[in-house]
Amino acid sequence: MRLMPWVHCLRGVVGRELLRFLHQRSRFLAALVRPLVWLFVFAAGFRMALGVAMTEPYQTYILYEVYIVPGLVGMIQLFNGMQSSLSMVYDREMGSMRVLLVSPFPRWYLLVCKLLASTLVSVVQVYVFLAIAWVYGIQAPAMGYLYLLPALLVTGFMVGALGLLLSSFIRQLENFAGVMNFVIFPMFFLSSALYPLWRIREGSYLVYQIAALNPFTHAVEMIRFAMYERFNADAVLISVAVAAVLLVLAIVGYNPSRGMMARKGNAG
Amino acid sequence: MSEASHTAGAEALALDIIELSFTYTGRPALDDVSLAIKAGEFVVLLGPNGAGKTTLFSLITRLHDRRRGEIRIGSFDVRRQAVQAHARIGAVFQQPTLDLDLSVMQNLAYHGALHGMSPRESKARALAQLERVGLADQRRTRVRRLSGGQRRRVEIARGLMHEPRLLLLDEPTVGLDIASRRDLVTHAHRLCVEAGVAVLWATHLIDEVRPGDRVAVLHHGRLLADEQSETLTARLGVETLGEAFDRLVGDEETACD
Repeated sequence: MRLMPWVHCLRGVVGRELLRFLHQRSRFLAALVRPLVWLFVFAAGFRMALGVAMTEPYQTYILYEVYIVPGLVGMIQLFNGMQSSLSMVYDREMGSMRVLLVSPFPRWYLLVCKLLASTLVSVVQVYVFLAIAWVYGIQAPAMGYLYLLPALLVTGFMVGALGLLLSSFIRQLENFAGVMNFVIFPMFFLSSALYPLWRIREGSYLVYQIAALNPFTHAVEMIRFAMYERFNADAVLISVAVAAVLLVLAIVGYNPSRGMMARKGNAG
Repeated sequence: MSEASHTAGAEALALDIIELSFTYTGRPALDDVSLAIKAGEFVVLLGPNGAGKTTLFSLITRLHDRRRGEIRIGSFDVRRQAVQAHARIGAVFQQPTLDLDLSVMQNLAYHGALHGMSPRESKARALAQLERVGLADQRRTRVRRLSGGQRRRVEIARGLMHEPRLLLLDEPTVGLDIASRRDLVTHAHRLCVEAGVAVLWATHLIDEVRPGDRVAVLHHGRLLADEQSETLTARLGVETLGEAFDRLVGDEETACD
């Protein structure tokens, strides 16, 4: 096949996702209010209880608010990824998934387009959040905002692919509440998003070990280091590898001869 | 039944299903179904809910394909030559699949992009199809503001944008009032004549069958009849298609017991 049709396909999927996002103002608002509440309310209250001593990649002592911003960036992407992947399959969107899958392009390509589209939506959300945080006084070096972009793409793919994978194999996760309880909250709380790993170790060695294994921890650290113009090789490698594995599994899940489509889809 | 059309030459066939079987959670959802449709032909796939109509469509559009048998679109096998086969299928699914918050044109442009069309080409083709369904004036309207019948027509326009050889419609009249239903049936018939596209129209409503339509009766995943509605009623010695349907389905029930 020639190249241009592939480009048109990608442009169409991304364009639609952004258009839909613009039309769903309440979703945008929710996506923005959630991390802002954490930042303004939770972090402000917590700052007294938890001062963060000097820790990589920060070069000075920092306020707790500064510490949790990268974690909240990760949270925005986590929510967005789960939301768009699950809504893609369930609700009335089952229909739009069909529209996508009857396209003549290979299915892996369609899913990659779709993941890229939802990732870009989360990138928009993240930068708006960071702009507000900047006004509030939490400012990273200018170049950090640029270095952040690839990190956001990797994280977006990782959580989006995870959502897709879950939606293709696990029926019980049909409603978003279930996903919140069993996926988003554990991933978020058992990570370095809210407290540094060494702090967690002081509290509980077991929780520390889980957090250290949690891929979301590495995604957050990748984001944190990128924001401060640093490259955390371990975090990047692990995040990219996890994203790649999840992506492959999600594509397998959408293979028409196995996974979700083979087991559902019989309506009459 | 479909033997004659099988030998009519593969080129002329828009859809060729050969001995298709599909098992869903241990229960056969489709059992040895063969069906051939020529270009420009209108076939009503008639069957009660749960007969296997949607399953058949899912297999043709390859939403899943753990199955036995063959499905060809034109000369392309849907599994081995998925790209070419998919490019020749247009589909209107049972559940509405338009984005309500986007305009008619935005919905169609999305579909065009999914088929690799440039924005300009999408727009031109969308406009041509919208004119055909009489909705060109509504192209900037948000889908949410359209009536049920209009939405269906938009979906048909969308399904035809890439000039498929085969248009699949899965119970497209669900939820429509009588007038809209009649219009839609008429419209689909006209497409066959004007655009030369083969139409497979799934329904459980017998009154959607027009005189002269070819009827394929599907029940419990098996194809019980495949012939012109008049031929069918004459063969069974009954007055109406309704009676013919009851007879076929009734025989099947007895045979099952």
